[in-house]
Amino acid sequence: MAHVSDLIASDIDAYLAQHERKSLLRFITCGSVDDGKSTVIGRLLYDSKMLFEDQLAAMEADSRKWGTQGGDIDFALLVDGLAAEREQGITIDVAYRFFSTDRRKFIVADTPGHEQYTRNMITGASTADVAVILIDARKGVLTQTRRHSYLVRLIGIRKVVLAINKMDLVDFSQDTFTRIDADYRAFAAQIGLTDITSIPLSGLKGDNMTAPSERTPWYHGPTLMGFLESCEIDETRLQDAPFRFPVQWVNRPNLDFRGFCGPVAGGRIRPGDRVRVQPSGRQSRVARIVAYGGDLPEAVAGQSVTLTLDDEVDISRGDVISAADAPAEVADQFECTLVWMADEPMLPGRQYLLKLGTRTVTATITEPKYKVNVNTLEHLAAKTLELNEIGVCNIALDRPVAFDAYEVNRDTGGFILIDRLTSGTVGAGMLHFALRRAHNIHLQHMDVDKTARAAIKGQQPTVLWFTGLSGAGKSTIANLVEQKLLALGHHSYLLDGDNVRHGLNKDLGFTDADRVENVRRVAEVAKLMVDAGLIVLTAFISPFRSERALARGLLDEGEFIEVHVDTPLDVAESRDVKGLYKKARRGELKNFTGIDSPYEAPESPELRVNTVECDADQAADRVIERLRQLGRIG
Amino acid sequence: MTTLTHLQRLEAESIHILREVVAEADRPVMLYSIGKDSAVMLHLARKAFYPAPPPFPLLHVDTTWKFRDMYEMRERMAAELGMELLVYQNPEAKALGINPFDHGSQIHTDMWKTQGLKQALDLYGFDAAFGGARRDEEKSRAKERIFSFRTAQHQWDPKNQRPELWHLYNGRKNKGESIRVFPISNWTELDVWQYIHRENIPIVPLYFAAERPVVDRDGTLIMVDDERMPLRPGETPMLKKVRFRTLGCYPLSGAVESEADTLTAIIQEMLLTRTSERQGRMIDHDTAASMEKKKQEGYF
Repeated sequence: MAHVSDLIASDIDAYLAQHERKSLLRFITCGSVDDGKSTVIGRLLYDSKMLFEDQLAAMEADSRKWGTQGGDIDFALLVDGLAAEREQGITIDVAYRFFSTDRRKFIVADTPGHEQYTRNMITGASTADVAVILIDARKGVLTQTRRHSYLVRLIGIRKVVLAINKMDLVDFSQDTFTRIDADYRAFAAQIGLTDITSIPLSGLKGDNMTAPSERTPWYHGPTLMGFLESCEIDETRLQDAPFRFPVQWVNRPNLDFRGFCGPVAGGRIRPGDRVRVQPSGRQSRVARIVAYGGDLPEAVAGQSVTLTLDDEVDISRGDVISAADAPAEVADQFECTLVWMADEPMLPGRQYLLKLGTRTVTATITEPKYKVNVNTLEHLAAKTLELNEIGVCNIALDRPVAFDAYEVNRDTGGFILIDRLTSGTVGAGMLHFALRRAHNIHLQHMDVDKTARAAIKGQQPTVLWFTGLSGAGKSTIANLVEQKLLALGHHSYLLDGDNVRHGLNKDLGFTDADRVENVRRVAEVAKLMVDAGLIVLTAFISPFRSERALARGLLDEGEFIEVHVDTPLDVAESRDVKGLYKKARRGELKNFTGIDSPYEAPESPELRVNTVECDADQAADRVIERLRQLGRIG
Repeated sequence: MTTLTHLQRLEAESIHILREVVAEADRPVMLYSIGKDSAVMLHLARKAFYPAPPPFPLLHVDTTWKFRDMYEMRERMAAELGMELLVYQNPEAKALGINPFDHGSQIHTDMWKTQGLKQALDLYGFDAAFGGARRDEEKSRAKERIFSFRTAQHQWDPKNQRPELWHLYNGRKNKGESIRVFPISNWTELDVWQYIHRENIPIVPLYFAAERPVVDRDGTLIMVDDERMPLRPGETPMLKKVRFRTLGCYPLSGAVESEADTLTAIIQEMLLTRTSERQGRMIDHDTAASMEKKKQEGYF
């Protein structure tokens, strides 16, 4: 790994002193296999002498085995990672590469160019300072070039290198270069990209990679490596922004010390500076910036530090410590751009977890206002977002958070969405602004409360949530249970398809999104009835675990009792009281649970009954018995 | 404006990751392998939680075949830092007397390290384990996330990794899942050495050149660290001035002849040589893509 530096041999201490002061640049390369992207990255690694002899030997062996360059070294193989990929000749994910020169250390995010592109590119670009967009000189600005540029702009990268590659295949024509450069600038201006440097390259032959090429005497700009080594890093802007400090961890080794650990996400801070804790709004002053080896006089954006404050302020993980005179906004409803990253489409109305900085809250998303065709940049109407789709939506949180617009600060304005059941990261979003109505919704405090209402009825308000396939016997059992409850002197109400689908929910159909909304409304109504002190019985297929989890989440501990009416599909289908299975089998009824729409069985319901082993009346008795066991009725 | 150096930015990122895991995991642990990467990771943990000691134990998955110098270092560091040190040795490997000489490096590594690690994590119920792997070490590492999820069987699925955006890590696990977290993913070998130099981090003396008894096994210099090493007929250990670029089980770690007996001399030598550090680590040579295969099986 010899850096071309005589200092290494002659004066290693001086070399180390110099190299410990190097800066760090993170960049992303965008383009497809055909643009020679891997070759360009491989060449950068090669030319920065980052390759070891054993790696070179392995690469030469690989070139013979897998290479596409005849007997020559195939630089692309340097950046191919997993065995599965090598066999398929594609790259499947984001990979990070490292090299350094005498002036800088570089981290390259390399993303593949096929259908998973949006998700991978957004991921790789989210930490990048610069984007290198590759163009094949023979082809010029293509649809994919526009798509890459749009995504680069969306994620907030301001500096773009247009690497016009394969110049050797167009005889290093200045006209070609000038035409592509002009085409690109005209397009880039439309989406707000202005800081563009075009470089004529041949990754394969090495022209203008690290040394100016003799074959482009008409070009007077920087080489690719020259640009990457010297371009300005976007640190100034972030350090000049207002101070932001998302609290990660409260450090309390003993009663005398209470430190707040976190990253400086914006601005700078010194002891004595006035700060505001958000969302609570309490104010204090920074006492110390505590660090191993001695307190610091100042900390700036990009550092991870520990602060102590002058006053005993209640602060926990998820709070943001901000400059007192320039605090972040606090709100619970926003407009945002959302990039969907999961195979399962986004469902408006479903609850997701949202992580912003160090705060995780519950969020629901509205139907998109529009989605963007990333190839044409057109706005299209949409009901949902599918994998790799981008749209603008409103989002509502279950509590207020401190934030900045993403354009102002990526770390306090960028969030991820997490599926509550799979725990996967399903989306990434960028906050635009708070919606005004968020400031206007106030919860009304009532003196007569649930406890009072329940007490007068002599019962514990409860939801008995029956779930199961169509024809499983949910409504039959629920009806019998209600009769038995009435006989025991309890106050109840049964919500089922007959009284809900025809009224409250008559605007809803049977698509996944409508089913989610149907169940959400039922859950909300059930919650109101529980608040009224009633025992509520609901009898809906409610096929999705996450909606049942949502209903459970709306209620207090112990109030939600899930009853799985676990009648097997073949039995339910053979009964087919309403003739629905036959219709579904004939394809006349779409999205029918159990046929062409999934039923996600409960993993641990409070009670499981079926109508094969016992009759409906016995099943109803078991429900009553379970209610007694759980202390809901006397 | 303050320009942060690359080491400052790497350090800040690693500290952020360490704190994030401690805040979100139920039972984190740091895998401590006693090598230079572990030394750097441990130092970062000290900084992240100063003035408190790091709020998790250290776990050494032992093979009983490490260098004696490494065991000494392990005890010294745990005592100095006031951290709990857990040492785990796979009882089955112990009972069978698994060793690299009789069973070969593959079985030895699988039994002691891969199986041992899985058993230890299950035994203590750790749901997040810090490891000192770096993305520049090996191709399959370059694609691994910083938060790397494993199934209840400790398997890694490279095609089903969560996207990691900005500095937001999703630490939520499903039942039975655990996370391997790599806080120094973005460091290179040179960064590690520079940081050891800048921060004065103690490392095992084996990294420095000294006269040591070695034998030449098929072109690799193996140190005779204790009497368990079976000598081949006619083989006698010779004293050579050698050092190690990576440390593991002594029978599997190749020494290099060297005069570098100071930290700066080591860095100088590393910068001037042109073989990568993993070449001294013999487990990688067994099969093509062997690291990826091991990882899928549950190796760190």
